[in-house]
Amino acid sequence: MALSREQMAQRVARELKDGYYVNLGIGIPTLVANYVPEGMDVMLQSENGLLGMGAFPSEAEVDADMINAGKQTVTARRGASIFSSAESFAMIRGGHVDLTVLGAFEVDVEGNIASWMIPGKLVKGMGGAMDLVAGADNIIVTMTHASKDGESKLLSRCSLPLTGAGCIRKVLTDLAYLEIENGTFVLKERAPGVSVEEIVAKTAGKLVVPEHVPEMTFY
Amino acid sequence: MAGLDKRVNTYEEALAGLTDGMTILAGGFGLCGIPENLIAEIRRQQVKGLTVVSNNCGIDGFGLGVLLEDRQIRKMIASYVGENALFERQLLGGELEVELTPQGTLAEKLRAGGAGIPAFYTATGHGTPVAEGKEVREIRGRHYILEEAITGDFAIVKGWKADYFGNVVYRHTAQNFNPVVASAGRITVVEVEEIVAPGELEPTQIHTPGIYVDRVILGHFEKRIEKRTVRA
Repeated sequence: MALSREQMAQRVARELKDGYYVNLGIGIPTLVANYVPEGMDVMLQSENGLLGMGAFPSEAEVDADMINAGKQTVTARRGASIFSSAESFAMIRGGHVDLTVLGAFEVDVEGNIASWMIPGKLVKGMGGAMDLVAGADNIIVTMTHASKDGESKLLSRCSLPLTGAGCIRKVLTDLAYLEIENGTFVLKERAPGVSVEEIVAKTAGKLVVPEHVPEMTFY
Repeated sequence: MAGLDKRVNTYEEALAGLTDGMTILAGGFGLCGIPENLIAEIRRQQVKGLTVVSNNCGIDGFGLGVLLEDRQIRKMIASYVGENALFERQLLGGELEVELTPQGTLAEKLRAGGAGIPAFYTATGHGTPVAEGKEVREIRGRHYILEEAITGDFAIVKGWKADYFGNVVYRHTAQNFNPVVASAGRITVVEVEEIVAPGELEPTQIHTPGIYVDRVILGHFEKRIEKRTVRA
């Protein structure tokens, strides 16, 4: 079975470490906040200028002046700080964020990522994604392995305009966890019940399959 | 207006000198911390051919989105089109010139503009369409692109409180682009929820020092919420 969005978030959450500063993108990455392991303290960065994003507000707490980068109303947690966009991207570009999690349309064996436009079809803009991928050392991309028509999104070379070049090393899809090393994907883990054959069939870019590929476990 | 007293009483006065073809820098992120009354005044004045620099372009019918309706904007410099359907339509239809700029680069272009730095190198956007036509330089083994600073004829800013001298504090995440925008305008206009006497704001807590500000006006704000999200 392919991973659910919640399971993908759960798997990403295992990469968290106590004391991390983490930027979570929109979509599945946002869900990671729900799976921070007990006893672990991490500080969530929201690029509109908030370090220490808290839970969504209660009705009574809703405040138009308090939003996250997805423009949702949020709260600030204890020990949060709030600053300008320039300061926010100084910490991102300066490599101060320990882990960045974001979505993508495509990734390739060179560590390129495309996530911000589909020519002629969709122009949402890159927002902060280009700064995030250029500034972070530790990035996890979350995405579906293939399109609904079965077209692989893990390619030899991205076909869409890039968000960043040569900056991605870790990819979690609904089928597998892979790393990118020396111009190839390396299969590290597979989703429960998903065969190596299926992953191979749905990976267009060069893929190295180690002898033993552990299955992810969820509780 | 006299001496250091930057207060003006009407929105017409606040934007006196605004003409067709000018460049306007606008604070705000989404609809949070946008100078909504100054935007409404720009619409009322019907100036055309504007270049507008702002992270977003409002939404259909609110914020900067209203300036798209009357085709007052010739060129938009922004990082995110998002859910603004009219923006996307004018962009895809070629009616609106758009320079999509990474958010951090946009913030830094404005910061640099206000700080007298003409350009800077950044890794953001290297190897992507954003780098097209820009100088690339290798520094200590990594590639960077040269990005030029942005300044504007007018900067329109939304603050929480200001004193007569134009010292401004912002509230929560309504700060966002406002301080960098405030620093990069030839004429910087700040609309606020409360104007206080000099001395009432704590000097160590000022976000935008009055030296950057030319006009201060008291406004009333709708503060529309784009995505109201509450916990169960």
